[in-house]
Amino acid sequence: MFGYSMEEVGNIVVMQGFSGLSLFSVLLLMALGLAIIFGQMGVINMAHGEFMAVGAYTTVFLSKIAVSYDIVNSYFVFAIVAAFILAFFIGYFIEFLLIRHLYKRPLDTLLATWGLSLVMQQIFRSTFGAKEVSAELPEWLLGSFKPTEDIDIPINGVFVMGLALIVTVGVYLFMYRSRWGLRVRATMQNRVMAGAVGINTKKVDRLTFALGCGIAGVAGAAFTTIASTGPTTGSLYIVDSFMVVVFGGAASLMGTIASAFGIAQAQSILQFFMTSSMGKVATLMTIVIILMMRPEGLFASKVRK
Amino acid sequence: MKVLSEKLFGGKQGAIGLAILSLLLFVVFPLWLDLFRLGLIGKYVTYAFVAISLVLLWGNGGILSLGQGMFFGLGGYCMAMFLKLEASDPISTKIQTTPGIPDFMDWNQLTALPWFWEPFKSLTLTILLVLIVPTLLAFIIGFAMFKRRVGGVYFAIITQAIALILSILIVGQQGYTGGVNGITDLKTMLGWDIRTDSAKYILYFANAGLLIACMLLARYILTSKFGMLLLAMRDKEERVRFSGYDVSNFKIFIFCIAAMISAIGGAMFTLQIGFMSPSFVGIVPSIEMVIFAAVGGRMSLIGAVYGTLLVNFGKTMFSETYPELWLFLMGGLFIAVVMFFPDGLAGVYEKYATKFNLTGKLSKLMIKFNKSASVTDELVGEKP
Amino acid sequence: MSSTDFVLAIEDLTVSFDGFKAVDALNMYIDNNELRVVIGPNGAGKTTVLDLICGKTKSTSGSIKFKNKELTKLPEHEIVRAGVGRKFQTPSIYENLTVYQNLEVSYPVGRSVWGSLTFKRTPEVIEQVHKIAAEVLLTEQLQMEAALLSHGQKQWLEIGMLLMQDPELLMLDEPVAGMSAKERDQTADLLNRICKNRSVLVIEHDMEFVKKIAHKVTVLHQGKILAEGPMEKVQADEKVIEVYLGH
Repeated sequence: MFGYSMEEVGNIVVMQGFSGLSLFSVLLLMALGLAIIFGQMGVINMAHGEFMAVGAYTTVFLSKIAVSYDIVNSYFVFAIVAAFILAFFIGYFIEFLLIRHLYKRPLDTLLATWGLSLVMQQIFRSTFGAKEVSAELPEWLLGSFKPTEDIDIPINGVFVMGLALIVTVGVYLFMYRSRWGLRVRATMQNRVMAGAVGINTKKVDRLTFALGCGIAGVAGAAFTTIASTGPTTGSLYIVDSFMVVVFGGAASLMGTIASAFGIAQAQSILQFFMTSSMGKVATLMTIVIILMMRPEGLFASKVRK
Repeated sequence: MKVLSEKLFGGKQGAIGLAILSLLLFVVFPLWLDLFRLGLIGKYVTYAFVAISLVLLWGNGGILSLGQGMFFGLGGYCMAMFLKLEASDPISTKIQTTPGIPDFMDWNQLTALPWFWEPFKSLTLTILLVLIVPTLLAFIIGFAMFKRRVGGVYFAIITQAIALILSILIVGQQGYTGGVNGITDLKTMLGWDIRTDSAKYILYFANAGLLIACMLLARYILTSKFGMLLLAMRDKEERVRFSGYDVSNFKIFIFCIAAMISAIGGAMFTLQIGFMSPSFVGIVPSIEMVIFAAVGGRMSLIGAVYGTLLVNFGKTMFSETYPELWLFLMGGLFIAVVMFFPDGLAGVYEKYATKFNLTGKLSKLMIKFNKSASVTDELVGEKP
Repeated sequence: MSSTDFVLAIEDLTVSFDGFKAVDALNMYIDNNELRVVIGPNGAGKTTVLDLICGKTKSTSGSIKFKNKELTKLPEHEIVRAGVGRKFQTPSIYENLTVYQNLEVSYPVGRSVWGSLTFKRTPEVIEQVHKIAAEVLLTEQLQMEAALLSHGQKQWLEIGMLLMQDPELLMLDEPVAGMSAKERDQTADLLNRICKNRSVLVIEHDMEFVKKIAHKVTVLHQGKILAEGPMEKVQADEKVIEVYLGH
């Protein structure tokens, strides 16, 4: 295969697989936020990538402070929390200003949030400059460990994946095991009834949207460990994230995880054997073709219409 | 109000609107503006093809395609491939390793013309392919999606993904497509130098004429029963289906027509500007073209043309004087149009037709634009 | 079992949603020019039966024959073209079009893409629109935007849109919901008039209204037929009284 021995191919698959895991983690975190906003609320948030950038810039900013106070080894956990909180509150504010007026017009929400994404990109550019910036990573995130001679597994990748899994479990517990999650799901399934039984549906909308944005912020914090951040970083991931959500079946958590994994791995492994752009083309093309055959996505539940 | 807008822009009123637009395009602009600025108008007019295609598809049909840029681009590429082949005759490319093929192929170690470039040796075939290739792609996408009743936001997202795929593909396959630079250095069409002043005037008028022709075609579709059905489908798709119509066929058809109109714009862009690049194919141009239509009025063909012209004047003006402000403005425009003026300029015009002297404002803007557009910046900004 | 005499013959019709049988081995026959009313408590499967006939829902098993033509495998628009018209529970009209346009769009000529592009507003079309508009009491409102109609008028408009197609079987899902007493009477007259040359299948809750129009009543309960026959007979039925107490 492509002039590699079987053993080499095996090693390549394992290593690309692990580098795919970093992409998987970021995509999963992005998609979780989107799955909440799009899957539950039906809102297309084209600025979701910029919320990720908010998280990333927050982390970068805090890392600069951490360097000056010499606390690089411990700031990162705070950065994750700060990224979440900041993105959460910006999301809260945006829902109030913009989104809540557009719930009945999903296509218009798409355009308005695209406009929002342009504005946010320009804010990043004006504040942090057009160049990409990167966070100072704590030492414990650097380096890699070698289970065998030819295999290198970067620690930051493992860390990001752990983070993604923790957030996923958190989202699951929140949506399916908590009072709040019940309210969210009730509101999304039958707004009128939910209102009638005393749920403040407007508040639920706002918090749900904000939560989705907050998770995007965490995705941004995670992102800084594997790449540097620029004003348009978020926009590079938005289509992939939407593909993950749609491919997984918009309202299914398992589907989102599986499709994030599949897409990230396919892209990462194909990129090694083809050029990086052709790997992406092949992956996206496969998804689009599968979606044309099966528009409801991989894990859609059957619903009585 | 929507009924009113139909009355306003159809029938006698519509004819007057079209006459004023023609007057602007054919008489006022050519007499008033110098060739460089007229060329800019010509470029904007090519975008207006996409805007009117979106009026058909999105405004009237409720189908939001975020991939119109790829049809524009495909039309443009088809034309560019023909012109490039003509510019790559063996004599002018004799310094290449393989003379007679486009320069970028030679740089990428290609030694023969790829098979899919062959048809572009003939102008007749090229013109046919400009129309057929995008329409065929639209048919395949439309057939796959509308037959399975995928619509709304899913359609928007998937067309966006396809536009992304196509742009990555074009950038990635440098040897076959010219890569990120696109196809450049286009010189002649059947020996006719398209870079001369007279050619530029002729192409400008041909372009404007084609736009008017496409608008008439679109107007015909919209005033026929088909147009009424489009509105009906946008409103209550189920009702149309249970009135005995195969809804998917109507959607596929209008998607194909929209693709074809966009492609004509793309081909005219290549002819007038002299190059085509992947920056017109991807996500950003596709969605920007939606805002052209939205600013003008998603329901109004004439409005969409003015919307395109105005947004692009604005872009030219602001991106020179305050480049940082432009993205804010563009973003703000998206938000403001959606939130406060869902019917765009056409809607505003309708409301204030008597109070608001639109042509007066327009000419003021034009004068400003005339002063601020600067030759060098535009060239640097546009040429890759 | 052949059923040549009936306009509509439903046999052994079953549909299940993840094991839940919304319609269970249903048999139902409708005569020429009959006006049948289907009643039943909420969740009895009434609307599902209409969905199955018009193709909105696909059956799990069984057959639906319309004039001896099997409908279960046909796409929705083919079923309509065969002569089945259906009104939805909430009035489903094109709010952005005028009443005239609503009716004209429903005219059964120019149903293909090409046909609709070349469709001409002939005198026959105009005449038909006016005739139907008069039938459904909307002559005055012809040039009005449909969104501005009252709820009852919207119901009539949808019935009018169906009449434009001149269907042999007309199915109406709760046609008098949200109507005033006077409008209900007018609708009853309308239905009695229009079933002269077609069969009509109505779902309705309002018993007073049912009495005025029904030739025969079918009572559905949990996806099965509980009773069938003339109104008086059904009303006296023990089982019906049991499930329907209070109505």
